[in-house]
Amino acid sequence: MAAPFDKNDDSVVVIIGTGAGGGVLANELAQKGISVVALEAGARHLPQDFINDEWDSFGQLAWLDPRTTSGDWRVAKDFSGLPAWIVKSVGGTTQHWAGASLRFQKHEWKAKTTYGDVAGASLLDWPIDPDEMDPYYTKAEDKLGVTQTGGREALPGCNNYKVFEAGAKKLGYEQVHTGRMAINSKERDGELACQQTGFCFQGCKWGAKWSAGYRDIPAGEATGNLEVREKSHVARILHNDAGKVTGVEYFDADGNIQMQKARVVCVAGNSFESPRMLLNSASSMFPDGLANSSGQVGRNYMRHMTGSVYGVFDKPVKMWRGTTMAGIIQDEARHDPSRGFVGGYELETLALGLPFMAAFLDPGSWGREFTTALDSYENMAGMWIVGEDMPQETNRVTLNTDVKDQHGLPVVNVHFDDHPNDIAMRNHAYEQGAAIYDAVGATRTFPTPPYPSTHNLGTNRMSENARDGVVNKWGRTHDIPNLYVSDGSVFTTGAAENPTLTIVALAIRQADHLASEMSKGNL
Amino acid sequence: MMKQNQGKGLTRRQLLSGSAKLGAAFIVGAGFVANPGVSWALEVKHLKPESMATLIQMARDIYPHDHVGDEFYAAAVKGYDTADNMETVEAGIAALNAAAVKAGHASYVGAGWERDRVDILRSMEDSAFFQTVRGGLVTGLYNQKAVWPLFGYEGESYSKGGYIDRGFDDINWI
Repeated sequence: MAAPFDKNDDSVVVIIGTGAGGGVLANELAQKGISVVALEAGARHLPQDFINDEWDSFGQLAWLDPRTTSGDWRVAKDFSGLPAWIVKSVGGTTQHWAGASLRFQKHEWKAKTTYGDVAGASLLDWPIDPDEMDPYYTKAEDKLGVTQTGGREALPGCNNYKVFEAGAKKLGYEQVHTGRMAINSKERDGELACQQTGFCFQGCKWGAKWSAGYRDIPAGEATGNLEVREKSHVARILHNDAGKVTGVEYFDADGNIQMQKARVVCVAGNSFESPRMLLNSASSMFPDGLANSSGQVGRNYMRHMTGSVYGVFDKPVKMWRGTTMAGIIQDEARHDPSRGFVGGYELETLALGLPFMAAFLDPGSWGREFTTALDSYENMAGMWIVGEDMPQETNRVTLNTDVKDQHGLPVVNVHFDDHPNDIAMRNHAYEQGAAIYDAVGATRTFPTPPYPSTHNLGTNRMSENARDGVVNKWGRTHDIPNLYVSDGSVFTTGAAENPTLTIVALAIRQADHLASEMSKGNL
Repeated sequence: MMKQNQGKGLTRRQLLSGSAKLGAAFIVGAGFVANPGVSWALEVKHLKPESMATLIQMARDIYPHDHVGDEFYAAAVKGYDTADNMETVEAGIAALNAAAVKAGHASYVGAGWERDRVDILRSMEDSAFFQTVRGGLVTGLYNQKAVWPLFGYEGESYSKGGYIDRGFDDINWI
């Protein structure tokens, strides 16, 4: 059967979400001849639709449905209704991401074994052999066209990178380069190369950055095996008396409820929406929500230890020119407890335009301390800190039944408290970041607090034992054999690296597993 | 000039005469706030002109940029001049002036030093009025495309072909 598919066709795999996990999985399955219906809450936005304007683009792409927050993280104070800066669009947050594509370090797959017991942390080893991931990482790098892998050239360094690199070298850092980026440094198979336009976060108008939205989704659709239903917001996942999922109820673009039958359901709505769908699907058979016999759905929410450092110089930098994330220092990504914390962090250049700099440099701040910083906007350089945060059971996504979305569904509350390890790591990174800029003559530096989360991980975590998590090593829920999770919510631990490459590699691997199970008659 | 108004506020005659300086902006006529030194004026339909002038001064004191003209601050707060907002804004301005009087000034704009006005703002920093005005300015001021060049920011670049041939790596001092 070729797409489009009948709603009563129970032979299709239904994938909820079309981002790095769901979008890639949809294409990979379609390439294997498997029929897929992908339900996407957002609309389709292609490169020609993207807007080189921070707030206008935010209004176009960001997921702005209501959410609530609690906990001691500063985001809950500064952006109480916006815990995450993620995207509602075909392609999900791959429309917005910067493109940094880093493999985990081998030891990061075994955080519990490597770090030992950390008080207050619910550390666990991934139930995956790191060596098993190597070929999948290679496939993911080839799919995304990652620079400095597979013989692909590095991107050139922009002004912001040059300041960062010079400071890093003065400090003696050695692993400093323009990154492994899913941005074409050369034209590739008819795709354009990077034009150093900036606005990577607003969607690449050249299509030079990989996005599932305009690469994997059209490739999958071209096979005739993939149907994407846009503006389709899932309400709940249905199951039968045997405890298997049978289909999905969703609101269509007109707000009417529809039902699509399914052979397998793969949930890939990012780390808030995925647990939300499982929890909102509670039934008499599964009163705590689907796949939640362990009580772990929504727990162990991780967002990476983040922060930024901006430096002001006595001469212009013009950091907004060129690739938004234009380079990396990896020396601090190692595990070295002598620094006062376990795990490590990456430093990556970052540039914001004036409108977002005003909003994010020091939210809530005002007066001359703040405005004199912006007066030097042209002379500013910037970097982002991304490091491993500790999973904690009490950092969790729960349903907030007091607040409903436009469909009348309970929204999520996102609770997050920083772990002492996160704070120690952030303080170390703030010091190193400032030292990098000081080394090349900064007249002032700013330890900027975390933005709304872009890396949302761990709310349906992968575990060897069913009692410790929600899914097994394939992303299959421990409780329901034909229900899978296919996004970053399966992360057992977060590692120091930007997560997209690993989400993509896991999705490619999951597609192989699903095809194998289906051919064996197990699904 | 401020001294003559101490404790009395502005009279209608003074407003109409255009002789009264309210903060950085001038009241130049019934329903108008302007700075006669430069070519801009803001017509107010609902707020009292002196309230709008106070609001403009407040905006500048919250996010002071000495190289940014009053017209940009006026543009950032002109949205408060609606029938719906009038009551809340007038109450907020009245509270601001009351705090100023309590601190020994004639009015908010009558406090001559920015330091004194900032102290007054700090005293009401947690109020809904202050937070609304401050929060609104984050986009109201900094998201004005006309403001961007004053900070060197170049905005949209796709239509110009990005910076690949226009200086993405032109830094010469590092």
